[in-house]
Amino acid sequence: MDKPSIAVHKFSSCDGCQLAFLNAGEDLLKLAGLVDIRHFLEAGVADEYARVDIAFVEGSVSTTDELTRIQRVRGCSRYLVTLGACATAGGLQALRNLDGSNTAWKHAVYAQPGFIHTLDQAEPVSAHVKVDFELWGCPVNGRQVLAAVQQLLFGVAPLEQRDKVCMECKRQHATCVMVTEGRPCLGPVTRTGCGALCPRFGRDCYACFGPAENPNTAALSRRLEGLGLAPADVARRFLFINSHAPAFNEAGRQHYRQGFSDD
Amino acid sequence: MTERSVSIHVPAMTRVEGEGSLRLRIEHGEIRELALDIFEPPRYFEKFLEGRRYHEVLDTVARICGICPVAYQMSAAQAVEDAFGLEPGPWVRDMRRVFYCGEWLQSHALHVHLLAAPDFLGFDSVVGMAARHPEVVRRGLRLQGLGNALIRLLGGRSVHPVGASVGGFFRAPVEAEVGDMLEQLHAALPDAHDLVLWAAALKLPQDEQAFTSVALRHDTDYPFAQGRIVSDDGLNIAIAQYGDHFVEEHRPHSTALFSLLHGAPYLVGPLARLNLNRDHLPAASLTLLLQTGVVFPSSNMFHSLLARTLEIHVAIVEAIRLLENYRRPTAAQVAVTPRAGIGYGATEAPRGLLWHRYELDDRGIVRAARIVPPTSQNQARIEADLRRSLLQYGLNRPDDKLRLRAETVIRNYDPCISCATHFLKIGVTRR
Repeated sequence: MDKPSIAVHKFSSCDGCQLAFLNAGEDLLKLAGLVDIRHFLEAGVADEYARVDIAFVEGSVSTTDELTRIQRVRGCSRYLVTLGACATAGGLQALRNLDGSNTAWKHAVYAQPGFIHTLDQAEPVSAHVKVDFELWGCPVNGRQVLAAVQQLLFGVAPLEQRDKVCMECKRQHATCVMVTEGRPCLGPVTRTGCGALCPRFGRDCYACFGPAENPNTAALSRRLEGLGLAPADVARRFLFINSHAPAFNEAGRQHYRQGFSDD
Repeated sequence: MTERSVSIHVPAMTRVEGEGSLRLRIEHGEIRELALDIFEPPRYFEKFLEGRRYHEVLDTVARICGICPVAYQMSAAQAVEDAFGLEPGPWVRDMRRVFYCGEWLQSHALHVHLLAAPDFLGFDSVVGMAARHPEVVRRGLRLQGLGNALIRLLGGRSVHPVGASVGGFFRAPVEAEVGDMLEQLHAALPDAHDLVLWAAALKLPQDEQAFTSVALRHDTDYPFAQGRIVSDDGLNIAIAQYGDHFVEEHRPHSTALFSLLHGAPYLVGPLARLNLNRDHLPAASLTLLLQTGVVFPSSNMFHSLLARTLEIHVAIVEAIRLLENYRRPTAAQVAVTPRAGIGYGATEAPRGLLWHRYELDDRGIVRAARIVPPTSQNQARIEADLRRSLLQYGLNRPDDKLRLRAETVIRNYDPCISCATHFLKIGVTRR
């Protein structure tokens, strides 16, 4: 039997989620023995539209060229898996969607904006093509990615972690930073996967893994206001790494005024 | 000269961080057009930083680059603290240097083994190389892993770490964690030592050329996160004066901005740092450098690889020095009081000088941000180098040889295109 094949594609992103593979050490060499890596530019393999069993996509769709590429990637992949916050929910760059700032920002940053072919919206992959499985996180963690590869190779749907960071915090015996220090922690509405890293480091979760299942954002917003956060600050909490994820977008916009103004 | 007309399209440049392409047009044996097309999509960080609070800046700028997030966080912390008139003290300064050592170690080991070495040993990728040179690859992966562990010690995770803050760190490691790390660092010294000698013995192209090196320079130490900006043609300025000497321009074929020093290309990164700071190397690293017999300052661009491996050694030696008498402080950060002002930050990212400027209001909200990453500073230099390297190599060589040489020259700069906002399709057109 042929070895299963994988591809790793990069769209609008920081390259950090691909590092789940490149930082895997011995496991990277093991993986290369188990699967046929057909396309992974940073690792030195280029065959963008080769037919593969699993295509991992890092990055959001934010240019006219990427619109075409994502259709072609979908067309040559059996499973398409999004790798991280940008591909899954638009990422940090989706902040330009809030006020439709693409044109203004392009003109502010570039002397020759005519050469910059960005789309008005930076969007998740699922806004354009069917996605088979989503891996959340900014960045995804290596264990999560290698486990998903193994499960897909065995032909089973990967187990999705939708638990809240709070649950993980308890499992880790971490002290609650909201209860003990009044920090505006987003753990109650955020999906786990990080290992409750921020609370364990004594800081409030900033929701880099996106919304958990059934997030009660309304109750958390009231709590944040109770902690003394101004509306613009509540908006800043929800509208950050995963501002385009529907649950956070909706919660953040309740308190948002253009440019996070609080005048 | 040959009149043949050839056109090649290679999909995208491999083993670089980010995406771009090279356009090369050769007519009648002369280069008519040579441009690095960077098509990494702009993400507008400088714009969406506006309106964010100072304590969100580090988590934001980390996302510019997954390979050097620590560099972005350290330049930003320094700039915000500069604006607030805040001095976080010696413990924080030392631990930031340790944090930074982790990133140099991780990023340099990744570049040397996964991105650059296959060029010099004749492989397409590290996977092919691992079959023939398993011990070299394993040593590289061990060093890379150690770098990641060192970042995790202070940052919790190695990509987009969560441990750093304006004013210091959220958490100080406990003595036992530092003790474990010290053991690993000591155990890695022989690997780093052997790696430098291995790099010095590689058959690298001889490629002497004139260029201006730019790097930070500190009074006594090899530069990480402190110092003045100096060059080998006499520049010596405070970081706030950067804008008086360096200009960024936007060219049509790129989403990155090109930086020039007094109107001319210049080099940042490991070779520039070593050329300007050889006398500040830790004693053990200097001894090792002398053992290689390679003389620095060097004008062979390919000595960048050797400089990178030596900096792996420096990072381990420095981390050991700074952690050896570690005492856990009662507080890992100093209190922060926002005030209106402008602040500057400049640190040595693995790929070179990374300069930030922020304007903050009295509530600590960012009103303007400017970020100049290393790769946009090296871009004009890369194009100038490519032109003369290809001419010296001979334009009549077959297209695939020309392409490999061009890619090798470019990769040698370890361009991080995600940072530069932006790598490599090559199209050679010949007439």
